[in-house]
Amino acid sequence: MTDTTAAPSSPSAPPRPSGLAALVRHGRYVIAENKVTGFAFGLFIAIVLAALIGPYVVPYDPLASDTAAALKGPSLAHWFGTDQLGRDVFSRVIVATRLDFFIAIASVALVFLMGGLAGVAAGFFGGWTDRIVGRIADTIMAFPLFVLAMGIVAALGNTVENIVIATAIVNFPLYARVARAEANVRRDAGFVLAARLSGNSEARIVLAHILPNIMPIMIVQMSLTMGYAILNAAGLSFIGLGVRPPTAEWGIMVAEGAAFMVSGEWWIAFFPGAALMIAVFCFNLLGDGLRDIVDPQRRT
Amino acid sequence: MTIPLIDVRDLTVEFTTRRGIVRAIEHVNIAVAKGQTVGIVGESGSGKSVTSYAVMRLLDRAGRIAEGAVTFSGIAIAAATEPEMRRLRGREMSMIFQNPRAALNPIRKVGHQLEDVLLEQSKAVSTTASEMAIELLEQVKIARPRERYHAFPFELSGGMCQRVVIALALACRPQLLIADEPTTGLDVTTQKTVMELIVELTRERGMSTILITHDLGLAATYCDEIVVMEKGHVVETATSRQVFTAPAHPYTQRLMRATPRPGVSLRDLLPEDDGRSESAAPTVVRLIPVSATRAPLLTVQNLVKEYPRKGLEGFKGVLQKITRRVPPPEPDTFRAVDGISFSIQRSESVGLVGESGCGKSTTSTIVMRLIDKTSGTITFDGEDIGAIPAKKFSRLPLRKRIQMVFQDPTDSLNPRFTAARAIMDPILRLGDIKGASALRARCEELAREVGLPLDLLDRFPHQLSGGQKARVGIARAIALRPELVILDEPTAALDVSVQAVVLNLLQELKESLGMSYLFVSHDLNVVRLLCDRVIVMQAGKIVEEGPTDRVLYEPQAPYTRELLAALPHPRFDQAAPSHRMTAAPMTAAT
Repeated sequence: MTDTTAAPSSPSAPPRPSGLAALVRHGRYVIAENKVTGFAFGLFIAIVLAALIGPYVVPYDPLASDTAAALKGPSLAHWFGTDQLGRDVFSRVIVATRLDFFIAIASVALVFLMGGLAGVAAGFFGGWTDRIVGRIADTIMAFPLFVLAMGIVAALGNTVENIVIATAIVNFPLYARVARAEANVRRDAGFVLAARLSGNSEARIVLAHILPNIMPIMIVQMSLTMGYAILNAAGLSFIGLGVRPPTAEWGIMVAEGAAFMVSGEWWIAFFPGAALMIAVFCFNLLGDGLRDIVDPQRRT
Repeated sequence: MTIPLIDVRDLTVEFTTRRGIVRAIEHVNIAVAKGQTVGIVGESGSGKSVTSYAVMRLLDRAGRIAEGAVTFSGIAIAAATEPEMRRLRGREMSMIFQNPRAALNPIRKVGHQLEDVLLEQSKAVSTTASEMAIELLEQVKIARPRERYHAFPFELSGGMCQRVVIALALACRPQLLIADEPTTGLDVTTQKTVMELIVELTRERGMSTILITHDLGLAATYCDEIVVMEKGHVVETATSRQVFTAPAHPYTQRLMRATPRPGVSLRDLLPEDDGRSESAAPTVVRLIPVSATRAPLLTVQNLVKEYPRKGLEGFKGVLQKITRRVPPPEPDTFRAVDGISFSIQRSESVGLVGESGCGKSTTSTIVMRLIDKTSGTITFDGEDIGAIPAKKFSRLPLRKRIQMVFQDPTDSLNPRFTAARAIMDPILRLGDIKGASALRARCEELAREVGLPLDLLDRFPHQLSGGQKARVGIARAIALRPELVILDEPTAALDVSVQAVVLNLLQELKESLGMSYLFVSHDLNVVRLLCDRVIVMQAGKIVEEGPTDRVLYEPQAPYTRELLAALPHPRFDQAAPSHRMTAAPMTAAT
């Protein structure tokens, strides 16, 4: 216990606003203090906008081929150039945002439900629950994760839903372990005993008392794995699993463009690759920033 | 007066926060002469720790010395370079922290940790280091130092760890020792031996010591001079005798008054101008058996709780038991509670006293039906509640009738629940009030009962002070109108002035609601104020039981006597009869 922040002037400080207002204020403070987080947040907004309204504002139909204009470098008419079928790379990159973003969100939501709940239960109940969840996580971790994802998609079938499921399964250990650790330190906390005294059932203690307390950490975890989920989805598409051509998707576009790199048509693979990199970069930075917002003490 | 060893003049420390610059301490003056022990006393947030950190120049990044100067035997601390400071720290001034376990490296033998310091400060060469380390352990009165040299911190008790930390601090014969709450978290008997050790070593070596504490009694017992701090200012500097017998500043008087001590009643702890003093003041001596004819509310008989010894749990333990050919060297179980029996009458408060590890918390947790007993019976109002498994108990109607106030108000409130939501929780689960507005009304009623301002109901725990959180915890415990409330050191984490208010609140609630209390505590001075009867526990057994006054003033068991003797009594107070002091001289000072 230190007295370092306790201040003589604190009694005269204005009453703190509670709830959303305080969170917004705190968020503004963190963004102002940490320019990188502000930048990441800006990027995130751009990605969300691209995903939401991208398909309606792009200059060309992402699927319309125009052989006359094939393999043209970046120009005013085609900002990111055109591919081997004359499709506008810029339009395709923007339109692809929606699909990649959707895959990432869906898989993260799914893995949060599976891994988060299993982990919380394991950490809280211990014993056999803990052993089973722990061994499942270990088993998943024992495989090279990308190979495992390939295997799952290959086995379940080549669809977008299965990419979501595969990405969720490979991320399961991360969520289960974080949630387990966080729930475990709280299982004997005073407020859990108090909840038991108040007549809460064990299930209710887990869901209504423990889970809300580990949400901030889980949200950070979600943001950090979003980047990985996008990469994973793109990677699967790159090797020909999951999303199939001619759908606009970053992984496929990089795969298609890779063949043209040697002959000098770098833009076909470069721009979707850059979009992928920026998205992953953005989610990772955002995760760091979110951690600052939810837990100021861990700030470095 | 000679030139002081450490001279703090007009010291102001500022912290840069996002609410602007905050002054943690302002114009603080403290002088410590060679060989003197000075106590800095204050409640949390008074800036006593910041002062000591400024002296060591250990302030974190946001803090800086804004004004004033700290001079340590002629060296200006504020202007010293970092290498100079590093030389000073450890060799010339040392610090003992509050939590001894946290101050030791858990994976290194204590002997090696001592050697590290000796070698680092080149007080020893590698050939002599281990002998010097053992010598140091001997000096801090660790029995069998040669064996303990090889001990890891987790193998030592809290008091032992604190001794090792003291040995570390004294390894290089510093001139100044700063002890920041060195005995908080230690038992009273351990506190006594640790404090005596510090004072003895100080005297022996002609060191100066700064003792930082919230306990005025402790400071008065062991210090020559006391500096009282309030909200970043020094309000009084005087000799211990003067502070203890005739405090000059109103804050010191208030602090003095709120400190539980022999011969005062609960109401005496509150400031004189408190408006509630006209309500029926209970006297120290209360009726002992309220209604001996009526059946007791709670009867505990031959209660036993056994725990498996460490290392023998789970599958491996079972395997070991099966495969082991020779009989185990010691029983596989450890008896935390060893066959105790007691009863609690209706509207009676019973104190359960003992040092850490004596089984008092285990007992209260079993009575609370949060864990299961090994054997014995627990009868609550004629019903054998001991037979109901703890897991089932939480949803029975009986749950309403036994509630608990926890030790740490911060830990026992869900950080994501507002105060109102926390108070409502038991009503939602077990109560019969339906509808949001009715719940809210009940919540406000409870808040009024415990004296919690209604506008604080929508705040989260981190937005409340310690005392306010304690009130929320109490409101939650009484929300279902329980008949038995277990108070598990409800004031241990609070400042004395807040403790005084909370204890009075508990007493008032008991009178108005007719509840019974089982008060679990290590602090005999606090137990005396609130309880009709006291049970003293040692190593899982009851060693003494009886009316509070009898146990405290005419203790029978040697252990009770030892506990009472360990309470810090200022030296100049010992002349007064230790027997019941009806009008203690020091209370007259207020």
